Amino acid sequence: MSAAMDTESTYSGYSHYSGHSKKAHRQGRDRHKSPRSKDGSRSEKSVTIQTPPAEPLLGNDASRAEEGQDDNWGETTTAITGTSEHSISQEDIARISKDLEDSVGLDCKRYLGLTVAAVLGLLVFLTPIAFILLPQILWRDDLEPCGTVCEGLFISVAFKLLILLTGTWALFFRQPKADLPRVFVFRALLLVLIFLFVFSYWLFYGVRILDLKDTNYQGIVQYAVSLVDALLFIHYLAIVLLELRQLQPMFTIKVVRSTDGESRYYSLGHLSIQRAALVVLENYYRDFTVYNPALLTASKSRAAKHMAGLKVYNVDGPGNNASGQSRAMIAAAARRRDSSHNELYYEEADHERRVKKRRARLVVAVEEAFTHIKRLQAEEQQKAPGEMMDPREAAQAIFPSMARVLQKYLRTTRQQQYHSMESILQHLSFCITNNMTPKAFLERYLNPGPTLQYDRDRWFSKQWTLVSEEAVTSGLQDGVVFVLKCLDFSLVVNVKKVPFIKLSEEFIDPKSHKFVLRLQSETSV
Amino acid sequence: PLITILSCFISFQQRIEIHKLRQGDNLILGFSIGGGIDQDPTQNPFSEDKTDKGIYVTRVTEGGPAEVAGLQIGDKIMQVNGWDMTMVTHDQARKRLTKRNEEVVRLLVTRQSLQKAVQQSMMS
Repeated sequence: MSAAMDTESTYSGYSHYSGHSKKAHRQGRDRHKSPRSKDGSRSEKSVTIQTPPAEPLLGNDASRAEEGQDDNWGETTTAITGTSEHSISQEDIARISKDLEDSVGLDCKRYLGLTVAAVLGLLVFLTPIAFILLPQILWRDDLEPCGTVCEGLFISVAFKLLILLTGTWALFFRQPKADLPRVFVFRALLLVLIFLFVFSYWLFYGVRILDLKDTNYQGIVQYAVSLVDALLFIHYLAIVLLELRQLQPMFTIKVVRSTDGESRYYSLGHLSIQRAALVVLENYYRDFTVYNPALLTASKSRAAKHMAGLKVYNVDGPGNNASGQSRAMIAAAARRRDSSHNELYYEEADHERRVKKRRARLVVAVEEAFTHIKRLQAEEQQKAPGEMMDPREAAQAIFPSMARVLQKYLRTTRQQQYHSMESILQHLSFCITNNMTPKAFLERYLNPGPTLQYDRDRWFSKQWTLVSEEAVTSGLQDGVVFVLKCLDFSLVVNVKKVPFIKLSEEFIDPKSHKFVLRLQSETSV
Repeated sequence: PLITILSCFISFQQRIEIHKLRQGDNLILGFSIGGGIDQDPTQNPFSEDKTDKGIYVTRVTEGGPAEVAGLQIGDKIMQVNGWDMTMVTHDQARKRLTKRNEEVVRLLVTRQSLQKAVQQSMMS
């Protein structure tokens, strides 16, 4: 039943949790009960615990602190659900059904994964508390009184749990930014490790303590403390495996776009292929200039012309030798004296000249337009002679004088698809507001920028497929090649290992720098 | 190809005998030398190999004894009266050429144009 309740609560929204946990931190003891039934039941649970405990020596403060923390735990345990399991479970579920196209179905599976993660996280977080509290509930009267030592242990458990909570929140509570095809091996391993670990602790606890009703309460509390310590160490292991290991650069990867050959190099550490692909894609949107299909038409038409105009006639009778024919065509095409290189050269030179001319006109027009606007200082605003305009109106006022020239330039460089009039006006008012010079305004139009700069529906690249000969969860190796395909083009990624550098030292005494003049004398004999 | 390789090892050298001219108190030969192991070989305009630190003839005075004897500008002096000149300092070279008690110096020179001409004739 609690699982069902958990499902409900997780379904209501992930970000809700982190909000909750943050609030729990900040407010500490000042908690207001939220209307959700689950929270109510949890705080109810903490209330029952608060009726005088067996070791009241620390007094009211301690119990209130505990209550506050209990409340915290009650609230935040739900939030702990996330940890790293979020994205893991996504992969888990994705692994179960790889070819799930139905988005509704995918969401359900994702939330199912979240639920599983939530339950596990909850369990893990509540276990130490349960270890401490169960003897109190079940056989309080038989327990040996345990004084300051136990209270000290309680405090240490409380703070360690708090640190664990903060660490988990800081590290693993992130919006998953990508949907990857397979499970992260390390994360799955860590999950399994945590599960086995907690399971074995429970087993031991159940057999040795619950069955035998051990009266040594201090021992039990120390057992719980050891569990929390071990959890902290697992958290440390998680940090090292998931975050630190890939920081040191071990590989240099070269990414080449298949359509126009634009390439970039990136440095990566030890990552799996799918995560490397993710890094590449994140950097693609920032580093590569936007994909412009209009720029590719020229080479396509040239390619078409190469093989055109040649036809094979079979004069020796029937018999279709296809490979022989194609080879003959290739040979003939190679031997043909075509002047396509000439055409290319002159066409490119012409285009260069035209672009430069239009660019010059554009720069002059924009500079002139910008001179018509003057920014009013605060004092002048009261006694302004003419009408005062806000940036948008100012932009609209000067736009017509440069509109035509800009449009012509964009047409020449085949960028007109990417800039609508509205976007140009917006950019113009933005530049006017921020006191930018005409050159700064033009920077966006003179050079094609990265994909992120443009409107989302002009991107041509939103759905990516990873094509790889090796398993995508295997790590990067020297010489691995994989391809990231989207509908119109693909990115070919080549991995190279950073060379082993042998650095030796050489000491040069500063006094050893001595020089002589080299002469070229000529003596007559 | 074998012949061109062999021609590199055969040195085409010329023996030149110069009779010194007496001018007042001095005996002059009528040319100038450059080079030496203490000089900068990269500044030598006549050498083919810019690490060659040998003694080269940089100038030949017109009508002087050297010109009469057939010495040309750009010649590399290999020996003077039997003394080796390929590994000497500039000053040592000068001294060997201007010994007061010698009236005749016999030089062994090698000439680039000569070597190249021989190679070309071998190849064609």
